[in-house]
Amino acid sequence: MPFNLLVVAALAYVISLFCVAFVVERRAEIGAAGWLRSPLVYTLSLSVYCTAWTFYGAVGYAARSGLEFLTIYLGPTIVFVGWWWVLRKLVRIGRQHRVTSIADLISSRYGKSNLLGVIVTVMCVMAATPYIALQLQSVTLSFGVFASATTDGWAKPNGDVTSIWVTAGLAVFTILFGTRNLDANEQHTGVVTAIAVEAVVKLVALVAVGCFVVWGIADGPRDILARIDASEMANWHMKPSRWTGLIFLSAAAVICLPRMFQVLVVENSDERHLATASWAFPLYVMIMSLFVVPIAVVGLELMPEGANPDLFVLTLPLAQGQGGLAMLAFLGGFSSATSMVIVASIALATMVSNHIVMPFWLSLRPAKAVPGDVRRLILLSRRLSIGAILALGYAYYKVSGGSEALASIGLISFVGVAQILPAMLGGLFWRGATRVGAVLGLCFGFAIWGYTLFLPSFGAEAALSAQVMTEGPFGITWLRPQALFGVTGMDPLIHALFWSITLNTLIFCAGSLVSFPSPVERVQGAAFVNAFDAEPGGGQGWTAQGEAGAEDLLVMAQRILGDDEALGFFEAQAVMQGKVGYLPDPTAGFIEQLERRLAGAVGAATAHAMISQIVGRTAVSVEDLMAVANEAAQIMEYSAKLEEQQDALTRSARQLRDANDKLTQLSVQKDAFLSQISHELRTPMTSIRAFSEILTEGDLPPELVTKYGLVIHQETKRLTRLLDDLLDLSVLESGTVQLNLDLSSLRSMIDAALQSASHTRPERSFVIHRDLPGEEVFLRTDSDRLTQVFINLISNARKYCDSDAPELRISVRRKGGRVTVDFIDNGSGIPKDKQSLIFEKFARLTDQTKAGGAGLGLAICREVMANLGGTISYLPGQWGGAFRVTLPLRLEKPKA
Amino acid sequence: MGLHVLLIEDEPNIAEAIRFILSRDGFSVSTYGDGQDAVAQVVSLRPDILILDVMLPGQSGYDILGQLRQRAGFADLPVLMLTAKGQGRDRETAARVGADMFMTKPFSNAEILAAVRSLGRGLTLRGAE
Repeated sequence: MPFNLLVVAALAYVISLFCVAFVVERRAEIGAAGWLRSPLVYTLSLSVYCTAWTFYGAVGYAARSGLEFLTIYLGPTIVFVGWWWVLRKLVRIGRQHRVTSIADLISSRYGKSNLLGVIVTVMCVMAATPYIALQLQSVTLSFGVFASATTDGWAKPNGDVTSIWVTAGLAVFTILFGTRNLDANEQHTGVVTAIAVEAVVKLVALVAVGCFVVWGIADGPRDILARIDASEMANWHMKPSRWTGLIFLSAAAVICLPRMFQVLVVENSDERHLATASWAFPLYVMIMSLFVVPIAVVGLELMPEGANPDLFVLTLPLAQGQGGLAMLAFLGGFSSATSMVIVASIALATMVSNHIVMPFWLSLRPAKAVPGDVRRLILLSRRLSIGAILALGYAYYKVSGGSEALASIGLISFVGVAQILPAMLGGLFWRGATRVGAVLGLCFGFAIWGYTLFLPSFGAEAALSAQVMTEGPFGITWLRPQALFGVTGMDPLIHALFWSITLNTLIFCAGSLVSFPSPVERVQGAAFVNAFDAEPGGGQGWTAQGEAGAEDLLVMAQRILGDDEALGFFEAQAVMQGKVGYLPDPTAGFIEQLERRLAGAVGAATAHAMISQIVGRTAVSVEDLMAVANEAAQIMEYSAKLEEQQDALTRSARQLRDANDKLTQLSVQKDAFLSQISHELRTPMTSIRAFSEILTEGDLPPELVTKYGLVIHQETKRLTRLLDDLLDLSVLESGTVQLNLDLSSLRSMIDAALQSASHTRPERSFVIHRDLPGEEVFLRTDSDRLTQVFINLISNARKYCDSDAPELRISVRRKGGRVTVDFIDNGSGIPKDKQSLIFEKFARLTDQTKAGGAGLGLAICREVMANLGGTISYLPGQWGGAFRVTLPLRLEKPKA
Repeated sequence: MGLHVLLIEDEPNIAEAIRFILSRDGFSVSTYGDGQDAVAQVVSLRPDILILDVMLPGQSGYDILGQLRQRAGFADLPVLMLTAKGQGRDRETAARVGADMFMTKPFSNAEILAAVRSLGRGLTLRGAE
């Protein structure tokens, strides 16, 4: 097969992955992620555990050490099936505290200590370096296999050149996708989906090769079993200590590997996905390991002596002339390697940037200074970190010679990251675990790992001299790297694992017991250990100090989260505080929420430091109190809870105050209304009472009797009218008015209204201009009610138009499904400052004698029009008083 | 000729009733229906007794009385205030701005007559001193 074709296929494959990630990212942006956030994708993304080491190395492992390769799968299976509650706790805490990486988790748990963040980051980078080198090596090797098998004259490509190209390509792809934007919760939907696709490719490829081996080369399962019995593998014996150690190791690694933590915790979008993953992931791993032994056995049988068993997956199909299958296998291996490198370097870059670059940069800035464009800085630092991490991997690959068996390189990494396990589990389940203990345990474990496993892995004379290896440093024999404390004869890997983990755990526990946790540690410890008790739990104890300007916080948040997200977050918080349209108060609860949000972008320790710069104090006014009282952690927990409750109380108090203000306002309005009604009722009653008394006293001239009798009559009518209006208004306002819809012409209604209104000031000659053709409109409405409005407007014009030759123009216009009727007189109109009042109840502008009504007319008109689906409004800027009535041509009867 | 009563009341019917009742008892009554220049009216007519409605067009009775009490020669003018609103607050406001008596509408003829008479008696006593 031409080598170039292979390069083209690999490139095409990478580009298609690129497209998948791109499309998914786009869909996620518009909120259409849907199934992309399903348990299936989550489970498949977990398969990033299965790297090139699994894909190629497992067969090699089986060829060398028999069934021992299974331990690498048994560990994760035990964790997922039996320890799912640990995973659930991890995921829950990860979401609650917006943890961005495993370093962030440890740092956050132990009082947001950045020292721990740095330690874990350095450990992870060092431990991952051999692993990344392993991937580079496997991809380079697989290219080499194809090249050496070329028959058509292609020169064998230079392995060095290939590995450089592979490294650079992976760096570019990772940078393009892992750091395209700064996501607040540090999730990369696009990348995860691409990883899931790769998971399918590698599974299909391995199963295809397996099927080919079982049914294509051998004669089915029975034949394979016979071949296995005949092979050396049948004589293989289990070494219990190695098995136990390796199972423990892989179990620890599946939680602690930065890339596993990334997909397991950081990228998790729903805790429930874990339930599916707890059986589906072991199943995936089982299928991946199903054909390992058959391929190894048949490979050993058919391939020439000295062929690298790590490459059987590729070389077997090639040797059998199955070019296409080999290509598929190549892509499978390529997938395994790329997915690991991508996720690992994203996870590591996040850690390096959040725990080393950002804190360093922050420390260079003067306190209280509002940082500049942090987003760009963060992205830049992550991109550089990715490049640096891959460069380190490449360097290791070059230095270590790239000759070792794949599996042993992988195990070195596993032991390295397993050092995090004691601090992590201790942090999750033991409230007494302290920062000092964690730092000491991690450092010791890591040092032992480096001394006994990592440095020797560079080969004899590379990092440690042969003399040190055999006689110990300075001739101290009990410090020999592979025989600590004089324990000899142990497998070097198990030796390193045993001593590093044992001492790590012991020192961690001892350190925790003798040291005293800081207040922040206590609070975080309680929040982590009791993650399931309190959903919003774990107050960091920001004291609600007025010093922190909400504006400063907003500026900072905008620089880190971006304008839209920061503003959205602040608005939502303001709404929660009952301060719609303002910046939220910098309450303890608010700052805590903000800190978590920022932690999602820059990690807990950095977020804490940044907020401290603005808020001006590093949390916990209780600190002094703590020192004095020397109370147990419960106090802090209790006070954090109290603070939360206090926040809630403040919030409800504010809401109550607002509600109370509204009620007071309503009550004032109601009082004013009642007072008005009282006035309107008492005034006519005063006249009636006075004159009726005068009349009953007798002794009056008859013309006065008549006159006063008439007054009583008038005032009684006025009272009746007032009561009618009030009742009318109350019915209209309550919306329970019965409308009698009929079809009648506008003209007939205006006719009727003019007729009725002619009783108002009949002594005045009033010229009416009408638009008779325009009025020929048939309306489906309540004609009585509409006429009532017209009467009101016409009588008002008659009453108030102050022109010497009063005129009223009634004009009609139709527009769409609505009709507009304007009533414009030639008086002086309504003064500007009163125009907004006229539709209010009792809004009489002139003195009441002239008006003769209670001032409810226009208020009633407004209610009538609302009931008729229309409006009534005052038209400013006309010659005189001008009112506009708008209503639909056909009023649909509202559903009862 | 009896004491001169000025009645500031915008409801013509009420004004007519009070005018009738007081005139019958020997007071000389003039009426005025607007709040706007009521103060000037009082100053120019110099009544012996003032009856003042609270709700007036242009200016409220409280404002009128407040201004009046500031003027020289009107600090002691006996004033009866009338209101149709009838809230406890109004009585307090009236007392604060310096009303001598306060009545809520509607009232009986006997009540208002007694009130004006007692204001008038106060005047004659003061005059006798």
